[in-house]
Amino acid sequence: MADLKVSIVSADHEVWSGLAKQIVARTTEGEIGILPGHEPILAILGAGEVRVTSPNGEVFTANADDGFLSVEHDTVTVVARNAELV
Amino acid sequence: MGAQLRVYRQKIKAAQTTKKITRAMELISASRIQKAQQRVAASGPYSRAVTRAVSAVATFSNVDHVLTTEPEVIERAAIVIFSSDRGLAGAFNANVLREANELAARLQAQGKDVVYYLVGRKAVAYFAFRKRDAERIWTGGTDSPEFSMAKEIGDAVVSKFLQPASEGGVDEIHIVYNRFVSMLTQVPEVVRLLPLEVVEGVEPPAKDDVLPLYEFEPEVGDVLDALLPVYIESRIFNAMLQSAASKHAATQKAMKSASDNADKLIKTYTTLANNARQSEITQQISEIVGGADALSSAK
Repeated sequence: MADLKVSIVSADHEVWSGLAKQIVARTTEGEIGILPGHEPILAILGAGEVRVTSPNGEVFTANADDGFLSVEHDTVTVVARNAELV
Repeated sequence: MGAQLRVYRQKIKAAQTTKKITRAMELISASRIQKAQQRVAASGPYSRAVTRAVSAVATFSNVDHVLTTEPEVIERAAIVIFSSDRGLAGAFNANVLREANELAARLQAQGKDVVYYLVGRKAVAYFAFRKRDAERIWTGGTDSPEFSMAKEIGDAVVSKFLQPASEGGVDEIHIVYNRFVSMLTQVPEVVRLLPLEVVEGVEPPAKDDVLPLYEFEPEVGDVLDALLPVYIESRIFNAMLQSAASKHAATQKAMKSASDNADKLIKTYTTLANNARQSEITQQISEIVGGADALSSAK
C-alpha cells in the first residue's frame, strides 16, 4: 500500500516532512492511529506526542501542542503552534 | 583660503559623512532582507496548512458559524495597521497609512464605525499627532516579528470579533500591510480577515474530482472554534513577516538613493570648489601682476 505523506509544521518553520507507514497522534478525544487509506479527517490535537513510523520501520516522535491534524488523500498534516522533534 | 572655498569644502565633508552613514544602513538592511525573506518562506507551510484546513471546513460543511457567516448588519469594523518602528524607509509607512485611510473612508461611507489596532511606532505616532484614537497599540519588535506577538494581536481582535456589536464588538476585521513582492516592489495590501472572504491557495476542485468528505473530531463546531484563532494568528504573523521584509527592502532602496544623492552632491560641490579655488588663484595672480606693474611704472 502507498505510504502516507506526512508533514509536521510549527508556526515558524516546517519541523519534518517525509513518508511514513503509520502515524499516531493524540487528539482531544484520545489517541488516533492513521494508516494509508484513512478517510479525510480534521481533528484538534491535545498536548502530547506524535509518533511516526517511517517506511523502513523506524519510529520517531515529535512533541506537538496546540494545533490540529488533517488527513486527506494519504496526506497527513500535523499543524501545531509549538512542535519539535524529540 | 577664500570664504567661498571654505563653505564648499565644509559641504563636501558633510555629504561624505552622511554617505558613510547611509551606505552602512543600506548594507545592514541588505543583510537583514535575506533573513526576513527566509522567515517568510519558513512560515509558508504553516499558513498554507491552516488556510487549507479552514477552507476545507468552510467548503465541506454546512454549519452556521461566526467564521463563515456574514452578519446581516455590520456596525463596526476593525482595521489592523502594520507599520514599522523606524522610519528612513521611503514611502513604506506613508503607503500603508494612506491605504488604511482610504479603507476607513470606504467603510465609513457604508455607515460602519471604524476602530483601529496599530502595530509599529510609526502608525502610533501618526495617530497621536492627529489626535485620533486607537483601540490598542503594539510597538517594538517589528523588525523581527515574534509569533507570541501575533498571538497577542490575534487574541485581541478575535475576542472583539466574538463580542456582539452592541457591547462594543466588531463585525469585520481588516488588515493593512506591505506585501513583499520583490526587492524593488512592496505593495500595500488590504485583506478582510473575517468574515472569511476569499480563501487563497485553494484551486476549485475539478469537475470529476470527488470532494473529500471530512470527518471532524470532536465536532464541526468545536473544530471551527479551535481553527478560528489559529487562522487569524497565522494570517497576522504572515502579515508581520511580510511587513518586516518589506521594511528592510524599502530601507535598502531609500538608503541606496540617499547614498547616490550624496555622491552627486559631492561631485557638484567638488566642481564648485575647484572653480572657486581657480578664480581665487586667478585673482591673486592679477593682483600680483597689477601690483608689479604699478611698482615698475612708479619708478
